[in-house]
Amino acid sequence: MKFRGKIIDVACLNHFTRVVTTISKLTKICVLRLTPDNLFFVLSGKVANGGVSMWCELSQANFFDEYQMEGVSSEDNEICLEVTPENLSRALKTVQNAKAVKLKLTKKHCPCLTIAAELPTLSSISRVVTHDVPVDVIPRRLWHEFKEPSMPDFDVSIYLPPLKTMKNVVDRMKNLSNFLVMEANLNGEMNLKIETDLVSVTTHFKDLGNPPWGDDASQDGGPSQSRDPEDMAQARVDIRKLQQFLMGQQVNPSKAMCSKSPTAARPGALQAK
Amino acid sequence: MDCVVTGGNVKVLAKAIHSLSRIGDELYVEPQDDGLALRSVNSSRSAYACFLFAPLFFSRYTIPSGHAFRCKMAIKSVQAVFRSLASLEKTVEKCHIGLDEKKNRLTFTLHCKHGLLKTHNLSFQDSESLQAVFDKDSYGNVFRSHPRLLVDTVVHFPPSLEEVTVSVSDERMWVRNHVEEEDRSKSMLTELCLASDEFDHFAVTTQNSVTFCLKELRGMLVFAESTGLPVSMYFDEPGSPLVLSVTDSVLEGNFVLATLSDDSNHRKNNSRREQTPPPPPNDDFMDDDMDSYLIAMDTSIAPGPSATRPPTPPLAVSTYSKQPAAANHRSRLIAEEQEEEEEEEAELADSAGPPNKKFCSLFFGSVLPPSSQTSTQPVTNQEVLASDSEDDEQ
Repeated sequence: MKFRGKIIDVACLNHFTRVVTTISKLTKICVLRLTPDNLFFVLSGKVANGGVSMWCELSQANFFDEYQMEGVSSEDNEICLEVTPENLSRALKTVQNAKAVKLKLTKKHCPCLTIAAELPTLSSISRVVTHDVPVDVIPRRLWHEFKEPSMPDFDVSIYLPPLKTMKNVVDRMKNLSNFLVMEANLNGEMNLKIETDLVSVTTHFKDLGNPPWGDDASQDGGPSQSRDPEDMAQARVDIRKLQQFLMGQQVNPSKAMCSKSPTAARPGALQAK
Repeated sequence: MDCVVTGGNVKVLAKAIHSLSRIGDELYVEPQDDGLALRSVNSSRSAYACFLFAPLFFSRYTIPSGHAFRCKMAIKSVQAVFRSLASLEKTVEKCHIGLDEKKNRLTFTLHCKHGLLKTHNLSFQDSESLQAVFDKDSYGNVFRSHPRLLVDTVVHFPPSLEEVTVSVSDERMWVRNHVEEEDRSKSMLTELCLASDEFDHFAVTTQNSVTFCLKELRGMLVFAESTGLPVSMYFDEPGSPLVLSVTDSVLEGNFVLATLSDDSNHRKNNSRREQTPPPPPNDDFMDDDMDSYLIAMDTSIAPGPSATRPPTPPLAVSTYSKQPAAANHRSRLIAEEQEEEEEEEAELADSAGPPNKKFCSLFFGSVLPPSSQTSTQPVTNQEVLASDSEDDEQ
C-alpha cells in the first residue's frame, strides 16, 4: 500500500486546504478513500435519525502535480484511511507559502499521513517542515460502508442562494427555534420558515433557478415531470445541523443544490460543487 | 522613586510587561543602580523572566536612596495600565512611575495628549528578591537570529502545544513537538528543520536536545517581534536551563526556561555520541528519496521522541529538587542543597515515579542585597517554595 502526492501550485494548495478545513468543521473523524483518480472524504453518519452524512469527491488531477498510489491489492486498488481532518487542516494551513507540499503514507510509530513541505527561506538550504498525522487503515471488509451514496429520489432540486446570506438568516433563526422548515418549488422559489408559539418568521428567496436533472446521467430519479412548478416541497430540519453545514463552507461553491424528497423519512441532500 | 519613560519607550515597557504576564501572575519590581528590574516567575518555578531597563532608557531615573526597595504586585493590574497598545502609541506622551512607601503604592501616571492624565495607584507587597542564577555565557550552544525566524517556527505548532524539543547538530536545528510515550499513537508529530545559515550566529559545542515549554518561548517572542531585536538562545545539557535573551543598549531581557531532564537517556546519549553521527540528511527535498530523508532525521541525532528511547520515565524526584549533576555540567544554578550523584539519581529513575514531566525547577540563589543589610535582615531561605509561603521576613 503506497501513496505519494505532490502539490506545487499555490492556488491548488490553497483550495485543497480550504476543502479539508471545511470538512474538519463538519466532523471530527472521517474516512479518506484514495483511488487512482480521486480522493474521497466520507462520513457515513446515522442518517435515519437526523444524523449527518457527508460525501466529498475530489479529482486528484485538479490538485496534485504528482500522484501515485498502489492500493491494497491489484483488484482492490484503493486505500481507505480513518483520519482526523482537523490535524490535516492544521498541518496544511501553516504551509500555505511552501514551494512544494508532499503528502505521503508512511509508517512511523503507527501508520501516518505525512505532510512534508519545503518552505522558502533566504538561505540556500530550504526549511523543511514535516507533520505526521496518525491514521488508521480501514480493512477491506468494511469498505462497503463508504461507497458513494445514491442520490435519493427527490421532488424538487434548487440552487441555493449565496451561502453567506443563508447562513446569516439561519443564524438569526437559530435563536428562536430548534427546527426550521425549508421549502422550495420548481419555480426557483425557496422559503425558510420557523414557527414558535410567539412568532413565526419566513424568509423568501426568489429567482434561484433549478438544476436541470435530465442531462445528468449518474443521478437516478429526477423530479416527476407532472409536478406543478408552484408546488412547494417541504422538509423540516434541525437548525444546528444546517448551521454546521453552512458554517463549514469555505470553498465558495459555484453551485449549491438542495434536493428535497417527499417524505420526512427520506434524507434530503445538500450538495456543493 | 521617580522614573519617567517617554515616547516610544512607553510601548516597549508595555510590551515587556505583557510578555512577563505570559510567565507568571506577579510582577516583581526592583529599582537597582544599574536600572529597573522587572521580573516574573511561574508557579512551578520552571520559567523565569527578567527585564532590566538601564537608566538611559528613562528620561528621568531616580531610585530610593539608602535602602534597597523591592516589591511585587499582581501583574494583571499593571497590564491594565498599559492595556491598549495601539492607543498607547498614539496618545501617551510619557509615563511616570512614582513610589509612595507609606501607603505601599506605586503610582503610574500616563501623560496623554490634550493634557489628559491617567493615574493608576497600584498596591504592592514587599517581597524577597527574585533572581534566578544562571550563567548563559558559559553554555555550550549559542544561537542568535532575528525573531521572525523563531516566530515562523512556532507558527507550525498548535497554540495548545505544551512542549517542544530542540535538537542541534553542527549544521542544523530541529524543532519538534514533544509527545509523551503514551500519547504517541494518537498525536500529530510536527518537525521543522532549520539550517545554520538562517541564523546570525550558530555555535554548537555539544550536539544534544532539550525539551521545554513552548508557551514561555511565545511569551518572549511577543516582545522580541515587536522590537525587532535579535533573539539569542543559550542552552547546554538537558536538565540545564535554556536561556533566551534580547539585548540592546538600554535594555536586556532574559527568559530562563527549565528543560526536561532525562538522566538515563542522557547517559545513553553520551555513549551514542561517541560514535560518528550518520551523514547529514539529503538536502534535496525534491529527490525521490523521501523515505530515507525522513528516517535519517529520526535517527541522526541524540535523543528525540522519534528515536528509540528507553522507556524509563524521566527522573522521578520531587518537583522542587536538585539538578542532575552531569559530569560535564558546566553551568548550574546555585542551589543550597547538595547535588546528588548521577548514579544515585539513576536508581531513583528506575523507581516508579509519577508519569508527569519532570522539569527541574530553577534554583534561585539567595541573593543578598549588595548593601550592608545583612545584619538586620535574615537570609531568606531559598528552598523553592510555593509563592504563598514567602513569609516576608523584612
